[in-house]
Amino acid sequence: MTDFSKKLDPALVAKRYASERRFRAYGAVALAISVLFLVYLIVDIAVKAWPSFFEHHIVLKVELDPARIDPAQVQKGDFNGIIKDGLRAAFPNVTTRADSKKLMAQLSTGTGDDLRILTVANPAMIGTTVNASALLSDDADLYFKGMHAPTLKTPGQTNLQIAKDGENYLFTGDLSQLVAGQIVRANGGAFRITSMEPGGAKAEVLLTPDTLNSLVAGNWDILSFAAIEVDRRIDDRAVVLLEAMRDKGIVEKHFSWRFFSSGDSREPELAGLRGAITGSLLTVVMTLLLSLPLGIAAAIYLEEFAPKNNWTQFIEVNINNLAAVPSIIFGLLGLAVFIGFFGLPRSVPLVGGLVLALLVLPTIIIASRAALNAVPPSIKEAALGVGASHLQAIFHHVLPLAVPGILTGTILGVARALGETAPLLMIGMVAFIVDVPNGFRDAATVLPVQIYLWSDLPEIAFQSRTAAAIIVLLVVLFCLNAIAIYLRKRFERRW
Amino acid sequence: MDATPQKLPSNPIPRILAEKETKIVARDVNVYYGDKHAIKHLSIDIPDRAVSAFIGPSGCGKSTFLRCINRMNDTIPSARVTGQILVDGKDIHDRDLDVVQLRARVGMVFQKPNPFPKSIFENIAYGPRIHGIAKSKADLEEIVVNSLKKAGLFEEVKDRLSHSGTSLSGGQQQRLCIARAIAVNPEIILMDEPCSALDPIASARIEELIDEIRQNYCIIIVTHSMQQAARVSQLTAFFHLGDLVEIGDTEDMFTAPKNKRTQDYITGRFG
Repeated sequence: MTDFSKKLDPALVAKRYASERRFRAYGAVALAISVLFLVYLIVDIAVKAWPSFFEHHIVLKVELDPARIDPAQVQKGDFNGIIKDGLRAAFPNVTTRADSKKLMAQLSTGTGDDLRILTVANPAMIGTTVNASALLSDDADLYFKGMHAPTLKTPGQTNLQIAKDGENYLFTGDLSQLVAGQIVRANGGAFRITSMEPGGAKAEVLLTPDTLNSLVAGNWDILSFAAIEVDRRIDDRAVVLLEAMRDKGIVEKHFSWRFFSSGDSREPELAGLRGAITGSLLTVVMTLLLSLPLGIAAAIYLEEFAPKNNWTQFIEVNINNLAAVPSIIFGLLGLAVFIGFFGLPRSVPLVGGLVLALLVLPTIIIASRAALNAVPPSIKEAALGVGASHLQAIFHHVLPLAVPGILTGTILGVARALGETAPLLMIGMVAFIVDVPNGFRDAATVLPVQIYLWSDLPEIAFQSRTAAAIIVLLVVLFCLNAIAIYLRKRFERRW
Repeated sequence: MDATPQKLPSNPIPRILAEKETKIVARDVNVYYGDKHAIKHLSIDIPDRAVSAFIGPSGCGKSTFLRCINRMNDTIPSARVTGQILVDGKDIHDRDLDVVQLRARVGMVFQKPNPFPKSIFENIAYGPRIHGIAKSKADLEEIVVNSLKKAGLFEEVKDRLSHSGTSLSGGQQQRLCIARAIAVNPEIILMDEPCSALDPIASARIEELIDEIRQNYCIIIVTHSMQQAARVSQLTAFFHLGDLVEIGDTEDMFTAPKNKRTQDYITGRFG
C-alpha cells in the first residue's frame, strides 16, 4: 500500500483547506449581512404599511330624509349632511358652534361616500332610518390606530365634589389624583384641570356634563397625556370626543378596500391606489406590446440572419450601450420625440409605454440573444438535416427552446419598467390625478410615481400610505418574478 | 453527366464503382474555412446502394467533405466551397437547386445523437410534415411506424411514441435520428461518426442497421474506427490533411493498401 501522506507536504494541504474554509466563511458572512439588510428593510416597510390597510368608521343612526335625497337623483343627495346630522344626534351634549365644528372635523370629507353607494344600490332605503358606517378623518383614524401620542386612562379612585365657579368649575374633596393639564371625565362631560389651588382644582369644561352630581370612586376617570397639547396632532377637545365615541362602542375597524378601489386624493383616508395600479397596468401592457415582438424579432435577426460584418457589430455594441443609458435620458427622448415631435398627449400611458419600451428593448434583445445562442446548434443542424428551411428550423426548434430564457429576460425587463420612475417624470406622468384612467390616452400615473408623490405630502397618514404603496409595488414585482419562474419551469426542457 | 471525368487518385477504379451506379461525383472540390484550406482538389465518385466509409485522422477534412454533400457548410459563415459536386448528375451548387430540397434528398445523421426535445412520434413526423409527404394523419402514422421499423427501433418504443425522444438511451437516440432521416425518403444518408458517442453494443446495433438498409440508400459514413469501416463499408476513402490519399474497395484497402500513408494509418502508426 502506498502512503499518500508522504507525497504531499502536510502544511501545504492544511493551508489549502484553511483557505477554502476562510473563503466559505466570507461568503456566509456576506450572505448573512445582505439577508439582514433585506429583512430589516421589508419588515420596516411592512410594519409602517400595516395600519394603512385598515380604516376606522363610526356607526351612526341616520335618517335618509327624502328632502335631502332626490329619489330621481340619488347620486346627488347630501349624504355628508345626513351623516353629520346623525353624528350631532349622537352627541347632544355638544352644543357650542366651536365644539360642533370640532366634532364634525372628526369625520372624513368623504364620509358620506359609502352611504351614497349603498343608497344608490338600494333606493328603497330612502325615507327609512338606517345604521350608516361613516368614515373618520385621517387624524381620528390615526388616533384609534394608536399612532398619535398615547392617552393614558386612569380610573377615578376618590370621591370628589364639583361646583360651578363662574365660567369655570371647581373640584373639591380628595384631590390626590389630580394634576393640572389632565382631563376629568364625569357625568357625561369632560373638564380640563387648569390649576391646583388650596381651595380646590380649577377646571374648564371641554364637554358639557349632564349633571353636576358628586363624583364617586369608579364612576369617573382621568385622561392624561405623554405630550402637552401643542405638541399633539389631536387636541384635548378632539381626544374627549374620540374617547366618547370609543366609549359609546360605535367605532369600528374595517379592512380598507378603499385603498385598492379608489383613486388618488388629497385626503389620506380617501386616497387609494387604483388609479396608479391601472396606470401601471396600462403602461406595462403598452410596453410589452411594443418591446416583446420588436425585441425578439431583433434578437432573431441579429443572432441568426445578420451578416457578420462591421455594421452588425456596430449595432450590437450600441444595443449593449443603450442598456446602460440612464433611464431619465429615455424620458427626455420621449418628451422630445413622442410629445414634442409627434404631438402625443402628456401624462398618458401610451407615451409612458413607448418610453419604457425603448428602455427595456436592449434588455430584451440581449436576453433573447443569449437564450437563442444557448440552444445547442445540434438541434438546428438536425432540423436543417431533414430539410427544414432556416426559418423553419428557428421557429420550430430553436425558438421554442429559447422561450424560457426569453421570458425570463422579458419579465425582468418588464419588472424594471414597472419600477421605473425617472423617465415618467419627464413625460408628465407625475401629476396629481384623481380619476382612474380608462384607456391608453387618459392621464394617469403609475405605482412608483404615486409612491414618490405620497412620500412628499405633509399629512402624517400619508407616511403609512407610502409604505403601503411600496408593499403593493413589491407584491406586484414578486408576483411577476414568480410568474417568470413558473413559466421558465413550465417551458424548460432537457435536450 | 456534364462533368469532365478526371483522373481519380487511385488506379484501378474500385470494383464497387463498376458494379453499382455512381450516385455522387465530386470534381476538384476545395473547401476553405477563412484562410484554412480544409479540402484540397478533391475528386471522388460514390456508388449508389452501397456504404462508403471515409477514414482518416482528426482534422483531415472527411467530415467537412461530408457536410459539403448536403451543403451543411452553408451555415458556417467563414466556409467557402469551390469545385463541382454532382448528385445524379446535377450540380448541387446550381442556382436553381433549392438547398431545402437537396437536404430532403440527402439525410444526415450526426456525431452526437440530436433528437428534437419532442416526442418520439414528433421527431420522425417533423420531416414528412414540413415536406408535405404525408397526405393524412394515417399516412403520417404509417411513415412513422415504417421509419421506426426500418431503423429497428419500433419494437422498443412502440408503446411510448408520445414519450420524449431525449428519454431514450444514446444508442436508441441515434437510431431514432436514423429513423428521422429515413422518414423523408432520402436517397443518400450521410453519417458523421454516428457511433462515436455510443458503447460497443449500441454501435454494433447501428452497424447491423446500416448493413440492413444499404440496399436502398447511398450511405456515406465517416468513422474513426477502422474495424467499423471494414465491417460495414464496401468502399473506403482515406483522407489526410485535406487530401484524398487513397480510395478503393474496402477489402483491398485493409488488406493491401497501396499508399504508404494509408498503410501507416491503418496499422496504427499515426493518427
